[in-house]
Amino acid sequence: MMKIKTPRNGRVRRELEKRAPKLVETGKKTLILQGTKTSGTLNGVLSEIYHLKKGGAVRFTRKNDNIRPFESGGETSLEFFSLKTDCSIFVYGSHSKKRPNNLVIGRMYDHHVYDLVEVGVENFKSIESFTYDKKMAPRVGSKPFIAFVGEGFENVDELKHLKEVLLDLLRGEVVENINLAGLDRAYVCTAISSNKVYLTHCAIRLKKSGTVVPRMELVEVGPSMDLVVRRHRLPNEGLRKEAMRTAKDQPKKKIKNVSSDAIEGTIGKIYIPDQKVGDVALPNKAKGVKRERREAKKKEANERASKKQKEESE
Amino acid sequence: MEMEMEMESQKPFHVDVGNLLAFNPFRSFPSLPASRDELVKECLQEGTKLVQAVADSLFNLPSTEDVDGPLVKLPPPTSKLPREKHLPKPKPPTKWEEFAKKKGIQNRKKDKVVWDEQTGTWKRRFGYDRVNDDKDIPIIEAKMTDEPGVDPFAKRQDDKKKRVEKQEKNRLQNLKQAAKIGALPSHVQLAATSLPITGTQAPPKKVTKDELGNVAGMAATSTASGGKFDRKLPGEKPAKKQGKHRKFLPVVEGSGIGSREKEQTESVLNKLISKHSHEILNVGKAVTMYNVKKEKKARNKRNQEGKSSSATNKLKPKKQLQKKTGKKGPVSSKKVKAK
Repeated sequence: MMKIKTPRNGRVRRELEKRAPKLVETGKKTLILQGTKTSGTLNGVLSEIYHLKKGGAVRFTRKNDNIRPFESGGETSLEFFSLKTDCSIFVYGSHSKKRPNNLVIGRMYDHHVYDLVEVGVENFKSIESFTYDKKMAPRVGSKPFIAFVGEGFENVDELKHLKEVLLDLLRGEVVENINLAGLDRAYVCTAISSNKVYLTHCAIRLKKSGTVVPRMELVEVGPSMDLVVRRHRLPNEGLRKEAMRTAKDQPKKKIKNVSSDAIEGTIGKIYIPDQKVGDVALPNKAKGVKRERREAKKKEANERASKKQKEESE
Repeated sequence: MEMEMEMESQKPFHVDVGNLLAFNPFRSFPSLPASRDELVKECLQEGTKLVQAVADSLFNLPSTEDVDGPLVKLPPPTSKLPREKHLPKPKPPTKWEEFAKKKGIQNRKKDKVVWDEQTGTWKRRFGYDRVNDDKDIPIIEAKMTDEPGVDPFAKRQDDKKKRVEKQEKNRLQNLKQAAKIGALPSHVQLAATSLPITGTQAPPKKVTKDELGNVAGMAATSTASGGKFDRKLPGEKPAKKQGKHRKFLPVVEGSGIGSREKEQTESVLNKLISKHSHEILNVGKAVTMYNVKKEKKARNKRNQEGKSSSATNKLKPKKQLQKKTGKKGPVSSKKVKAK
């Protein structure tokens, strides 16, 4: 026995429709949470990431003992949170002796863990420690420029993965139109060694230049940190193929016997099989049949008449 | 100290304008600069170059003037990123839709208000105060095909109910078919109302509050201490005692007039070994009971005989009554003597 449950509220219905899978996706929401123990620097890192992504991020402040992203059973809580908050990227911070200031950045596909990157944070400088002209401060929610520097991002596997994840994390909303006056922030990531990346957030100052394009000037404003790649987990091949599929990739089913012409429009071909003239059943009784019957009746009548005559005669 | 760096003379950055992304794969840091500041400065320099490259292509795109500033239409991003949710599957056609397609039935748009001839106003097509409401019909003419005892109004209501039920069933079937493919609409959830029980389709019995309260107690009796020291949840009441309340005398007690143990044993003995026979038996009551029984028996017999012959009942001899009580006296005294 099944029952159909539909929302009784317009608000709930709209929320559900927002969370439904779409053909073209806009930005992903980020979930920021922490593990059993965090250090001071890690707390700062997490809160600053939350500030940077204010519009599309959810911050959990309690500690979660049962989340271990790299273990097979420790992801259930993460997946549950992801389902409830509708977040597809998560940033999980924890601190231990073996992995100090640890940050696990992960992505979800259909609210199941897709891939993970574990980095350690070193040399963290928070927003407060930077002095700059406050007028230039980037506004919340503006689309950032992202710059990756270094051959490590191309050669080293882990850095390639980190580049993809960082792009997803820092990207913000996917928009079609953008206002050029609202571009005021940039993230610069440089691969300074084969496992270290220097990430910093800068404000942009546009300076007059001779051409239409203004001259860019970057001023460091936001948090800056060194990310040391520790572990990573790539998605398995089948899942990756499915996640990378877009709407345009679906092969268009070719309709047979239809072609289009510039002049006449759509033309269709119809193939008619040969008619079998002899086997077709006739719809109504042909004249021949009627005549046969008539003649048969006449014959009978004649026979009877002849019989009577015979009797009479006899 | 001069830093050694390799730089390409040309600048083939990988620029993705759709994402405002620029990637320089040709810069390497074979040796890190000595101070952090130098490193930061260098990174910023490289970053500036890349951002400039993106801005070059960005500002050269055709722009439209808007209130806040020039608006530019971004090209689609070139770097592919994984989706966050699966691709939505198109909804399968419902059974009616398939039938309509086969027959060529077009869907006609209906107005929300319809002209009502009877009242001469515009009324809703459905809802409160609608056009052809079932309840508004005052008279239903009887047809030849109608059975005599059937109420036509009730019949109409039943028909409507059946139609609605059929519609609901069909809707459920359509949704189940969509759910099988994986294309259930986002606002609909199919919930199972009962567990799939093999055999009869009986719904699970609802447990009462008292039964639930007893369940924990029943489990507690399996422990060695009868559940007395089990850890209780906050707010859980102590288990109710089952069975008869047995009261035991204290082990150590002072002797005296109020000594309870002595009283107890005394009362028991007195009952068993009584000195006065009449304390056990209520003689008067026994006699009356016996008399009543006898009279009843005689009456029944007389009634039976009376039905056959109406002779005088009064001349019948009365039976002799014997006192049975006398026997008990010597018996009890015998017992006393034995002790």
